[in-house]
Amino acid sequence: MLLKRLAAAHGVSGDESEVRDILKEEIEGTVEKIYFDPIGSMYACKGTGRKPKVMVAAHMDEVGLMVAGFEKSGLIKIEKVGGIDDRVLVSKPVTVGPNRLPGVIGAKAIHLQKINERTKVINIDNLYIDIGSRSQDETEKLVKLGDYVSFKVKIREIGDNCLSGKAFDNRAGCAILVEVLKEDYDLELTGVFTVQEEVGLRGSGAAAYNVNPDVALVIESTIASDVAGTKEAFHATKLGGGPAITLMDASFITPQKMVDLLVNTAEKLGIPYQFRRLTTASTDAGRISQTYSGILTGVVSVPCRYIHSPFSIINMDDWQNTLRLVKGALNAIAEGGLLE
Amino acid sequence: MEIKRFLTDICEMHGVSGYEHHVAAIIKAALCEHADEVRQDRLGNVVFYRKGKGDGGRPRILLAAHMDEIGFMVTKIEEGGFLRFTSVGGIDTRTIVGQEVLLSARETLPGIIGAKPPHIIPDEEKEKAYKMEDLHIDLALPEERVRKLVSPGDLAAIRREPLMLAGDSLAAKALDDRAGVAVMLCCLQELERLHHKADVYAVATVQEEVGVRGATTATYGIVPDIGIAIDVNHGEMPGVSEQDVSQMGKGPTINIGPNIHSKVNGELIRLAKEYRIPYQLEITPGFTGTDARAIQVTRGGIATGLLSIPLRYMHTSVELVDLNDIRQAGRLLAHFIAAIDTPFVEGLICY
Repeated sequence: MLLKRLAAAHGVSGDESEVRDILKEEIEGTVEKIYFDPIGSMYACKGTGRKPKVMVAAHMDEVGLMVAGFEKSGLIKIEKVGGIDDRVLVSKPVTVGPNRLPGVIGAKAIHLQKINERTKVINIDNLYIDIGSRSQDETEKLVKLGDYVSFKVKIREIGDNCLSGKAFDNRAGCAILVEVLKEDYDLELTGVFTVQEEVGLRGSGAAAYNVNPDVALVIESTIASDVAGTKEAFHATKLGGGPAITLMDASFITPQKMVDLLVNTAEKLGIPYQFRRLTTASTDAGRISQTYSGILTGVVSVPCRYIHSPFSIINMDDWQNTLRLVKGALNAIAEGGLLE
Repeated sequence: MEIKRFLTDICEMHGVSGYEHHVAAIIKAALCEHADEVRQDRLGNVVFYRKGKGDGGRPRILLAAHMDEIGFMVTKIEEGGFLRFTSVGGIDTRTIVGQEVLLSARETLPGIIGAKPPHIIPDEEKEKAYKMEDLHIDLALPEERVRKLVSPGDLAAIRREPLMLAGDSLAAKALDDRAGVAVMLCCLQELERLHHKADVYAVATVQEEVGVRGATTATYGIVPDIGIAIDVNHGEMPGVSEQDVSQMGKGPTINIGPNIHSKVNGELIRLAKEYRIPYQLEITPGFTGTDARAIQVTRGGIATGLLSIPLRYMHTSVELVDLNDIRQAGRLLAHFIAAIDTPFVEGLICY
């Protein structure tokens, strides 16, 4: 399954090449043209010359870590790339650098902790990667300052048609965009696999500038918080509840006619959907919508539990339904659903 | 069987205290070729008996390494099908957030240990470590399926594939104390090449993590002249002073203290020197937190020793050992067994 391959691939912000290579291989032959920009985003075009011009974007990068220094003992100091809760880093296997060297993030044994230590978060300043080396020299032969680090995780099927693992944010969106690009729509379509979303929406502004579309859709993965101990009012989205349509987040407010188009499309096609009930966090739409004198933009997301952790969960029905909604929305836009 | 392969196999298998049967089966299959007899006692300890050779008395030596691991027990099925749980053995709750588990329910089910996401909790809560009651196991199944498949009391273990690291290091869950079980295998393999008068009872013990219970019944049943526990101790790691830990890759540690018979550790040290086996010393000023604690006070008292493998990050799912320490410990134990004769055993009660 492409999604499993994509999620297993390592692509921390700034180091998206493994993901980009897989995607390029997948879309070659299904689109008219593929090109890249200097930051690393990949563009795939179909229906050149048709109107309207629509851009669909999904970011390739994932949150992770970077090698920040070395200890005499051979342990590796780390810094975070993107938003990770320090609390999920402890006791995890990781992959370091271009040679995919395995390592682990350990913690002081419980036996050696004082009682009051156990209630404190072990923050990143006290966490190290251990690659099994015994000295700084040995480590520096294998690892370089600035090497990217990602979680080492198997992507698995779990429960009722779900997947567990890392980086569904946003390989779920990338895999949808690949499927979207396989079909033809009566419009000019540019699929953009953007870089560096997780470190401040860095890739998508340039992408929108280069494409200059009439309309943009962002395919994302978003927080599902329908878990034990959370009141329903705080369920940002619900796993299995269908694609989440964004109304507002920290960087973007969806124009009403875009919301209407997405909702009407879902209802017409019988696709279950939900609104994202959270106004924090940002997506590429924040940048895209503010490019040139403003671009009409919408966001559709696959709900993801435990997002930005090594073991997040998505539901494949949600993934399929998000794909259906994006395709349906493109057809509706082609039929003039937005722009007359 | 090759040690790396054996150790990765047994570490990957689950065997929470009291439910060690799956891992016991793999251990049995690997160790039985070096034993004259294999049996299991009522608590589940697996005993590999290897007969000594030669004339005269045959001292009885017990080796004990525990095969159980720490884990979780389901306490409640919450609305939505999320499982609340408690710990079996000493778990640092901070190390289990965002981990994969395997739940032994009516079927074996994969799950993830989740928590309320940081995005929806107040900032001051983010500064605090998760407590066990904040966490749940998520099976990604609808509640009605969960209720059919799972009941309170079901057990879960961390799911983690062992990782070979640089040098001869291995990271895995449950190396405490499957590393000790691997030492027993090394020792038995080594004994194939050595002459030993002593009868050897190598025992993969149960329920160490909940109170050294397996070693208690195993020792009672075997009545050894000498009992050696093989366990792990803390290897050097950040935030811990050097004097409290052992060095990685510098050989097993020989324990010294009231839990240990001085003639047993004296002999271990003598043999390590004689055969140029690297070793380290560890002092424990009371009883140890290992099977040695139970062995020593069984029946009318047993002369006890303790050999430990330095291990980093104990009771996390990324415990780390150096395989070379395990091999050296196996060699040292084998030479110890080969050196023990009746006069040595008689000397143990000469004060």
